[in-house]
Amino acid sequence: MRSEYEQQIDAAELPVKTKEQLKKYLSEKEVTSDQFESILNRVVSEYQNTRIEACEAVGIIAAQSIGEPGTQMTMRTFHYAGVAEINVTLGLPRLIEIMDARKEPSTPTMTIYLEPEYAGDRDRAREVSWQIEAAPLHEFGDITIDMENMQIVVHLNTAVCEKRKIQPAAILEIASRKIRERRHYRDFEFETDEKSAAIIFTPKNRESYQNLFQLAEHVRNVIVQGIDDIERVVVRKESGEYILYTEGSNLKDVFDVEGVDTTRTRTNNISECSHVLGIEAARNAIIYEALSTLSEQGILVDVRHIMLVADMMCMEGEVKQIGRHGIAGEKESVLSRAAFEVTVNHLLDAAVANEVDELSGVTENVIVGQPIQLGTGDVKLIAKPLNLGES
Amino acid sequence: MCVSTRLNVLAHTMVPDHQIMNEEEVAGLLSLYNITNEQLPKMYHDDPAVKTIGAKPGDVIRIIRDSHTAGRAESYRLVVKRPKK
Repeated sequence: MRSEYEQQIDAAELPVKTKEQLKKYLSEKEVTSDQFESILNRVVSEYQNTRIEACEAVGIIAAQSIGEPGTQMTMRTFHYAGVAEINVTLGLPRLIEIMDARKEPSTPTMTIYLEPEYAGDRDRAREVSWQIEAAPLHEFGDITIDMENMQIVVHLNTAVCEKRKIQPAAILEIASRKIRERRHYRDFEFETDEKSAAIIFTPKNRESYQNLFQLAEHVRNVIVQGIDDIERVVVRKESGEYILYTEGSNLKDVFDVEGVDTTRTRTNNISECSHVLGIEAARNAIIYEALSTLSEQGILVDVRHIMLVADMMCMEGEVKQIGRHGIAGEKESVLSRAAFEVTVNHLLDAAVANEVDELSGVTENVIVGQPIQLGTGDVKLIAKPLNLGES
Repeated sequence: MCVSTRLNVLAHTMVPDHQIMNEEEVAGLLSLYNITNEQLPKMYHDDPAVKTIGAKPGDVIRIIRDSHTAGRAESYRLVVKRPKK
């Protein structure tokens, strides 16, 4: 292809993607400059024609385009993502979850990518996973309840500690602190013995066995390694690199772990995304999650509809749900809000606040029986009497 | 909400490029669409991406997205203070 063609394509009023496609298509062809001109003109005019027109009701089109295929979706699916035996909510429940902008999805998961020096080596990937997976104290040694002396004795297994790359001394220090801070249980004293890697817990109230057993429960389950919210980590090899899949999500803490690729690691918790990475990342996450939920079910919805929904949800700087607590509840028109949900409350509140309805939207005009301001109703005629002075 | 030292928000694949627009650009944008800056989409001043580029409330930010449809798309957001709950 001649370079002047390329310049002409670059100068044309077309989206980047169309330009690239056109260049790629023409690169294998021999075209005369006349032919090229007519091709370019056709492409440009075709692009102009396919653009959505002003005053088109894109919202209702998006609603129908997502809604109709949505009826084909499985009502309830519990699917195990791939072979990784990690349970993820999919299908309609997941789609509802995304649109409702829940604070926490019912099955939060993360996909953790690793930095190059960790991603190629299974053992190093496993090491990173130990830094992430929440491991309770009972996995690191024997816990015995000494009923005679009213105490709980923990003997750490140094072989396990070594395998998991954590110093026994660190566990001794973390265990008691975490019981206090994370489990909010303070009625105990403890003694550590670094030589034998043992720790002895005694309840403050030494009269009651109930206290002893309660303390034992806390000691057994206190998380001493990893991130508390992440219950399970699965290491998988995909397209030549090791990737960690998790049950549970904590983007912020995972980013602090050494070896984690902070540019690609992602979570399915959209609200967390918006807190850690910002509103634009949340918008991308909504599009990605909704699209992958739909396409996983074999449903093809044009991405434009989903982008519109995501744009609306992220309009005000935070993720808002589609519904009466979010977008639908913040409409300007009283009648439009009342037509959606909890009619009486909206009418009452509007009456108390002396709200006025401008009747500028679609729903309001349908309610009062006027033509809506769309399509032919959007065109207004103004009669200009010509001979005003003569009569 | 503190951003860790290791994490560069703007380097993440899900975060598009954010740029602060100067006054001329903002004026051009508003007159092009014939709108006031209140009509732009918004983002909060404590948004991690806003903090990273150091924008203040009142600034308009140009966001250059990798669009699924167009390949590259520009969008604009006005930085506002997060309303108190």
